[in-house]
Amino acid sequence: MNIIVCVKRIPKTAEADILIEKDGKDIKRDHLVFALNDWDGYAVREAVLLKEKFEGEVTVITIGPEESKEVLTRCLAMGADRAVRIEGPSSSDGHLIARILAQAIKGQSFDLILTGVQAEDDGWGQVGVALAQILGLPHASIVTHIEIERDKAKVRRELEGGIEELLEVKLPAVLTIQTGINEPKYVSLSAILDAEDKETKEVGMEEIGFSSKGPLDATIDQVSFPPTGKMAEILKGSPEEVVGQLTEIIKKKKG
Amino acid sequence: MNEIFILVEHRQGQIRDLTYEMLGLGENLANQQGISFTAILLGHDVKNFAEDLATRVPKVLVVEDENLKNFNSILYQKALSSLISKHQPCLLLMGHSAFGMDLAPSLSVEMDFPLATDCIGLLFEGGRLKATRSIYGGKVNANISLRESKEYIATIRPGIFSPKMPGEKKGGIVMEASPLQGAVDLKKFIEYIEAPITGEDITQAEILISVGQGIGGPEHIPLFEELAKNLGGTISCSRPVVDRNWLPKERQVGISGKTVKPKIYIAVGISGAFQHVTAMRGSDTIIAINKDPRAPIFGVADYGIVDDFQNVIPVLKEKIKG
Ligand SMILES: Cc1cc2nc3c(=O)[nH]c(=O)nc-3n(C[C@H](O)[C@H](O)[C@H](O)COP(=O)(O)OP(=O)(O)OC[C@H]3O[C@@H](n4cnc5c(N)ncnc54)[C@H](O)[C@@H]3O)c2cc1C
Ligand SMILES: Nc1ncnc2c1ncn2[C@@H]1O[C@H](COP(=O)(O)O)[C@@H](O)[C@H]1O
Repeated sequence: MNIIVCVKRIPKTAEADILIEKDGKDIKRDHLVFALNDWDGYAVREAVLLKEKFEGEVTVITIGPEESKEVLTRCLAMGADRAVRIEGPSSSDGHLIARILAQAIKGQSFDLILTGVQAEDDGWGQVGVALAQILGLPHASIVTHIEIERDKAKVRRELEGGIEELLEVKLPAVLTIQTGINEPKYVSLSAILDAEDKETKEVGMEEIGFSSKGPLDATIDQVSFPPTGKMAEILKGSPEEVVGQLTEIIKKKKG
Repeated sequence: MNEIFILVEHRQGQIRDLTYEMLGLGENLANQQGISFTAILLGHDVKNFAEDLATRVPKVLVVEDENLKNFNSILYQKALSSLISKHQPCLLLMGHSAFGMDLAPSLSVEMDFPLATDCIGLLFEGGRLKATRSIYGGKVNANISLRESKEYIATIRPGIFSPKMPGEKKGGIVMEASPLQGAVDLKKFIEYIEAPITGEDITQAEILISVGQGIGGPEHIPLFEELAKNLGGTISCSRPVVDRNWLPKERQVGISGKTVKPKIYIAVGISGAFQHVTAMRGSDTIIAINKDPRAPIFGVADYGIVDDFQNVIPVLKEKIKG
């Protein structure tokens, strides 16, 4: 069973100070820590688990700048066999990314393509399902469980309200992977060091035969901090003072 | 420009709330453009849905087919692309939900319409669709422009727009012939799987102390368990805490977990993603403890503490005990 996993390198913003670029079109990125998109980590792990069961190869692909190599190395350390980086546009226009990925994947032999449900940074949640349509393959999104039965995958999709649906998808297919589908495995430093010796194939857009960029579907005009409508009343002081106020509030509201 | 289509989302015999929110948004956009808005209902035995919708919209287009009973993106896509080709709406709205996320991207590729996902604001400007999206975990809003096109697709974040209420006037119900020819082999719906009812029922708790990825690791869970005990409360959590097996699934608050409305909700190390917030914003009093002053959770909380939880929680635990 050959599996292709699409992965993205993203900036970690949950705990970071966010600053906006002068042109107002994006956030400043220099001071941010980058990592493998959380959803993609689960997708790579799932591919490796399937490979262990059914044999075959796992190939990871990313479109991105040179620095993206570090997330590919991580994927190799997690058990992927091959890694490809496509030197591509920094734009995260979902249709464009999906079209480039489709061009790179076309003609390769695979049974399954996995992507994350969404990228942590701009959260389009679009690339996997768009890619399936371009390649003319069936898809299932927000997948929380996969069972392979000959030429079919029985998958569970997560719906709202704690309910899931069970469906059957013919292979080859594209599945977008939801967090929690498997137990992440600790990736040791020595595994990463070993992976650094493995080769990452680097290709340009021309090499994969991608030419017509066409107009972008979506462009960012401006980014801004969300309006602070109703904001919490921030409790101030030393931890003891803050906790003092907090216990009063809890007592009162507990009723 | 003629009309705006809104795809009705229903499951297991119920129209989902997000549908009404999209109708509210669709009406506003339609009024601004001086055009009409239409509910698109795909399903089987959905007469009662059509009646309900007709009290809220000028027109309901219905495709009845037993193969549309449960959502299946391939069949929905076929039915929709045929309706779109016939009526040529300028915009199709659907939910940024498990259904919409499975359908909008493939439909937009097939029709070659620009797509904006997870929108929290939409407007037409100079004939082009512009959208506001919330990115970087809700810390930044982005205003985007879509390329020029006669037709657009947008998926809408739940819980943002006011729902369209029933009115006096009744809209028309128009039946359309189904373009489907039976089921498809490529993708088959089999069944719904309900979550097993086990363990603690967090929806019954009066005080929830809810922990997120920001608590750093499972080694801190006992601290929060003790605090919960001293407070007479119950522990709940955000999704990553469950994904990483720090707490069991039944403790998860969010769209894919439980919706809770306790008297007091204390969120610790939770950033405030919409998938979490939608399911707890109905709590009477919300307290957030987070070291990042820009964390979106402070936008829904009543009281906030900007600090490392390790400076606050141990002190709180002792104080409550005393
Ligand atoms: C289809 C779908 C369904 C989903 N369903 C759900 C759902 O049901 N429930 C849910 O919760 N999420 C859900 N999510 C995930 C959601 O998008 C977010 O990824 C998730 O809610 C983030 O969890 P978090 O706030 O715990 O972690 P993060 O976003 O990583 O935030 C951690 C926070 O902790 C703070 N912090 C870090 N260290 C400290 C410290 N020492 N002291 C105090 N604060 C600290 C940081 O500043 C940050 O704000 C869903 C996503 C998708 C795509
Ligand atoms: N630049 C990229 N290179 C490779 N895969 C990507 C890229 N951007 C997005 N993806 C894949 O598409 C998924 C969904 O991303 P998005 O639609 O941007 O939210 C991600 O989880 C990745 O699997």
